[in-house]
Amino acid sequence: MSNAKSKERPEGYPDRHYLNAAHGLKSWFLTTDHKRIGLLYLLAITLFFFLGGAFAVLIRLELATPGGDLVQPETYNRLFTMHGIVMIFFFLIPSIPAVLGNFLLPLMIGAKDVAFPRLNLASWYVYMAGGIFTLWALFEGGLNTGWTFYTPLSTVYSNTAVTTAGIGIFITGFSSILTGMNFIVTIHRMRAPGLTWFRLPLFVWSQYATSLIQILGTPVLAITVLLLALERTLKLGIFDPALGGDPVLFQHLFWFYSHPAVYIMILPAMGVISELIATFSRKRVFGYRFVAFASVAIAILGFLVWGHHLFVSGQSVYAGAVFSVLSMLVAIPSAVKVFNWTATLYKGAVSWETPMLYALGFIGLFTIGGLTGVMLATMGIDIHVHDTYFIVAHFHYIMVGGAIMGYLGGLHYWWPKIAGRLYPVFLSKFAAIIIFVGFNLTFFPQFILGYLGMPRRYHSYPDEFQVLNVMSSAGATILGIGYLIPMLYFAWSMFYGKRCTQNPWGAKGLEWETASPPPTLNFDEIPTVTEEPYDYTPKEVQHAG
Amino acid sequence: MSVHVEPIRVYITIFLALMGLTVLTVWAAFQDFGVMSNPIALGIAIAKATLVVLFFMHVRHSTGMTKLVVAGGFLWLLILFGITLSDYQTRDILDPPAAMTMPVDVPGPAHH
Ligand SMILES: [Cu+2]
Repeated sequence: MSNAKSKERPEGYPDRHYLNAAHGLKSWFLTTDHKRIGLLYLLAITLFFFLGGAFAVLIRLELATPGGDLVQPETYNRLFTMHGIVMIFFFLIPSIPAVLGNFLLPLMIGAKDVAFPRLNLASWYVYMAGGIFTLWALFEGGLNTGWTFYTPLSTVYSNTAVTTAGIGIFITGFSSILTGMNFIVTIHRMRAPGLTWFRLPLFVWSQYATSLIQILGTPVLAITVLLLALERTLKLGIFDPALGGDPVLFQHLFWFYSHPAVYIMILPAMGVISELIATFSRKRVFGYRFVAFASVAIAILGFLVWGHHLFVSGQSVYAGAVFSVLSMLVAIPSAVKVFNWTATLYKGAVSWETPMLYALGFIGLFTIGGLTGVMLATMGIDIHVHDTYFIVAHFHYIMVGGAIMGYLGGLHYWWPKIAGRLYPVFLSKFAAIIIFVGFNLTFFPQFILGYLGMPRRYHSYPDEFQVLNVMSSAGATILGIGYLIPMLYFAWSMFYGKRCTQNPWGAKGLEWETASPPPTLNFDEIPTVTEEPYDYTPKEVQHAG
Repeated sequence: MSVHVEPIRVYITIFLALMGLTVLTVWAAFQDFGVMSNPIALGIAIAKATLVVLFFMHVRHSTGMTKLVVAGGFLWLLILFGITLSDYQTRDILDPPAAMTMPVDVPGPAHH
């Protein structure tokens, strides 16, 4: 089964840990161990990621040629709809919170588990139930409304599986609410002695801010989707003017959740980046408190900007102007983070480990995604490029270039903690570079396409757009290979990778002060915290200073 | 942390109050209060919700943190309603001046 190398045990490698504490399917599917639940989520979201990726492959194949020659227009509508729904609700939203957050939060605050371990397991089952409903919609022929479910298409005109998919999203929302609630209570109540709020790792701060959005925003999405289903099935007049409703109301309600949802995706990634930058610069994050408060500021401001999705939907010009200004305000805490990460690098002992490559990639790509976001907050530009590929490029820079880079960076950083094993160094750096190159080749041409006027959500386009579209499709192929490589070596490493020491990066933080992989109850003895976070300055220097 | 136990008398009183307010709701629905119809209906509804939150959900005797969470939830509801209304209530002002709107000959939804 395994070779000699994978059997070698470094000094202090634990005999008993959460992975071998119990065996058999039951020990996994009925576990209340936050670490095992994190792995259940990891498996599930990876499946959804490759499903969502398969839809993207078909989209990019169709767009390699100007004619609509691969799939019917109706099929194309269903492809981009399912791509969006699967990637957003079943991959990006749960990705960092439910996998890395679940695994790390109790470890980082010196707790034995989350506050409500059984609720935590329940959240996974709720997530899976929602996932099954949404996949069921596929067998009913899919749906063609886009992930945004805009009315009146979704209520009056579409005869596709809107209700089934809506119920799936409604259910899955509750898993997100349960995770958020669990994390908030855990952070409030279960911190180790001495671990004050300003000694918390910035990843914990960002998870806290994310959880606030999850519990304040997700119920609104649930109600909105429910109203949609009720109008479809019972002809309740909420959104349909013929029944006394208003279609723009749907957009208000939908984006009240779905704009903050972008921060459910990006805030945890920002938290990961703060950890990576500190570890691989061997420095305390510059302006720690500003970065911590920036997370909370983004979470709150994020709720006040949704109308920037309605600039051309009949919203009043006055409301549009207010939303435009408020949207630009989000740039302030975002920029605080980018500048502070950069300042942390300055004069740091920077090393180029694989997670750091993702962190640096994140900073560049997030900056492009964020700055184009400020452009789009300006009504003059947004009205020009709305519903074009410029929008598609912008949000993929945030969600793929930002959130997925953060997720992969975090997975590479904490993998030795999760698996107690290493992955191939060269191959992982190669994959990180492949992903960066593939990503930019896929999405940068889309900025140009959109600016030139290519609308989104069409399966064919004029001939003059072909060169840029072929570049994008070629980039997507590279990106796809880039994503496959880590999946393969992580799966290999889980069973055959070289066993690692407790703290292979020499990093600070409570999660590294217990064995890798950790015991089921995380710590043999609950630690007492006596120092600031990211305390990398050698003790002699501290005393001399 | 000790749990405050409400005497059963309180639950019965609140239940009767809710029933009374429900009768009031039905009665008010059949009266013509003009512009005050909606504020009156909403006022009764808010009174009922407040009773449920304070007594049935035990918020009255809960910690400051619980009260903060409840208040936060309602603040967010206000944000949702308030900013959405800022669109609906301003649709008629700041419309582009007539000189800026282009003449349209294609049949379409009429502008107000
Ligand atoms: Cu937005």
